Amino acid sequence: MTYADPKLVNNGVNTEALIGARGAFEQMPAAASFTFRSACDWIEGTYSRNVIGGFFGLGEEQKRRRTFSIESDHPAVFAAADRAPTPPEIVLAALASCLTGGLAAVAQHRGIQLRSARAIVEGDIDVQGILGMDPEIRNGFSAIRVTFEIDADATEAEIAALVAQSQKRSAVFDILTNPTLVEVSVA
Amino acid sequence: MKQIDTLVIGAGQAGLAMSHCLSERSVPHVLIERGDVANSWRHERWDSLRLLTPNWQSRLPDFAYRGADPDGFMTMPEVVSFLESYATHCAATVEARTTVTSVTQEGARYRVATDRGEWGCRNLILASGACNRPNLPAWAHELPGEITQISPLQYRSPELLPPGGVLVVGASASGVQIAAELRAAGRPVTLSAGHHVRMPRHYRARDIQWWLEHSGLLGMTTQEVDDLARARAVPSLQLVGNSRARFLDLNALQAQGVEIVGRLAAHRGGQVLFSGGLANAAALSDLKMNRALDEFDAWAARSGLPGLPLPERFAPTQVPARPRLSLDLPGAVSTIVWATGFRPDFSWLHLPVFDRKGRLAHDNGIVAPGLYVLGLPFLRTRKSALIDGVGADAMALADHLLHANGRKAA
Repeated sequence: MTYADPKLVNNGVNTEALIGARGAFEQMPAAASFTFRSACDWIEGTYSRNVIGGFFGLGEEQKRRRTFSIESDHPAVFAAADRAPTPPEIVLAALASCLTGGLAAVAQHRGIQLRSARAIVEGDIDVQGILGMDPEIRNGFSAIRVTFEIDADATEAEIAALVAQSQKRSAVFDILTNPTLVEVSVA
Repeated sequence: MKQIDTLVIGAGQAGLAMSHCLSERSVPHVLIERGDVANSWRHERWDSLRLLTPNWQSRLPDFAYRGADPDGFMTMPEVVSFLESYATHCAATVEARTTVTSVTQEGARYRVATDRGEWGCRNLILASGACNRPNLPAWAHELPGEITQISPLQYRSPELLPPGGVLVVGASASGVQIAAELRAAGRPVTLSAGHHVRMPRHYRARDIQWWLEHSGLLGMTTQEVDDLARARAVPSLQLVGNSRARFLDLNALQAQGVEIVGRLAAHRGGQVLFSGGLANAAALSDLKMNRALDEFDAWAARSGLPGLPLPERFAPTQVPARPRLSLDLPGAVSTIVWATGFRPDFSWLHLPVFDRKGRLAHDNGIVAPGLYVLGLPFLRTRKSALIDGVGADAMALADHLLHANGRKAA
């Protein structure tokens, strides 16, 4: 396939740096092992706040210029104060951000200019699961749907290929579609 | 210890092609073969299997199919007989029923230990095959003992499997063929499909191999691809050596009653778990097929070929809206067939010639001074692992060997 010159396309993604990183990790695979973390404090009821700062990567602890905060709560229909999105909504948001970020990176690599991209994400949950009413109903999403609206200098098939590749290389898509070992302990 | 200029390990199509090229160049050599000529084709293939390439494409240096059915596909006994004829034609010296146990370096020479004595050689050709061992997940041995686990290397026919349902893992050529055969024999079959490549057997009235060859795709070299590691890992096309059905894809298998699930991801708490990303694996496969068909059409248009039917595109792959995400073990399934790909076995090669992932490192088949490998996927070209592709590689490596030896002598 022939692509346009990626240098003439600007989606704000530094693909040259990413390709350089691939080369470096090929030489030193241990540097590619990252550990991300979040510290979550319970505030009150279902209200909590995560603080996200440093992470481990490139063989050492990495500091950021600032820390970030993500709050979560439950809505009024669950008798909560609705001060922030629910945790499952944050999961949907994480999926959407992962796929749209990936979309821009793949488009940049393929020399495709994005003009706009929006992912509408929906997840279905039967709350009988989390309320412990029916053991046959799972707690989590029974299905997640992502619908993209994309305006780009590309054919329909090229856009379909961008969307497919963004899923293929997405961390959150992988986390949601494949089982992950989760260990919870008390320090 | 016997001494020889050049030793070839393996007497399949790769070893025999190399033998022919060495004889042409007057290089003294011997082939070491653990069984008989074409051993893997004799003992590690299922009964109904036919080559995925048509007879006209069975070409080796100075030898080709000359039968009455150029568009047919060889059965395994026919492949064995084809390669036996080639061995006779080449007058290859084969030390049969001799298993290599270790290869080490001794100065500028290689020492090859076998269960029937030792050899010393200046040049060593590894032609022992690309599919010696099945790729299994590390946790396969943790599955319940009552589940029969086999790979396509051991699978023979449906009747030889224990009664009950079968989980076939892998949707490339082996997986789709075995799933179809088991379903046709009345077995309940679940097929776990990760990344795969859908392809029609024939397109615009030509076999797909004709398109792959004539459009130049099969001849592409290692210099002509962006990502060689990825090109070497591309799974086999969803094909069967039979021109009657156009597709043996996920749609055809579902029409037959095979249940399609996502990539097998893990084993946990008496269940195997499947990825929820099946729809994207199918979408990627359709996109890949359509890109290949686009290339064929563009090539046909450039070449101005007369008499071809018009291009066509096929309905997309339909996967279940809610594919199964888990399966209880043991339960509906008595057998798992691991059609998850293969890798070569170089466990006897005691030389520092492997990359960090344990793969043999080589540059277009050149491993180290005097050490060569043949028959691996995309060794020098996209057809390197095919019967039709190994000949050109053998010629190039034989030339290199002769040149390198001449230089050393001078």
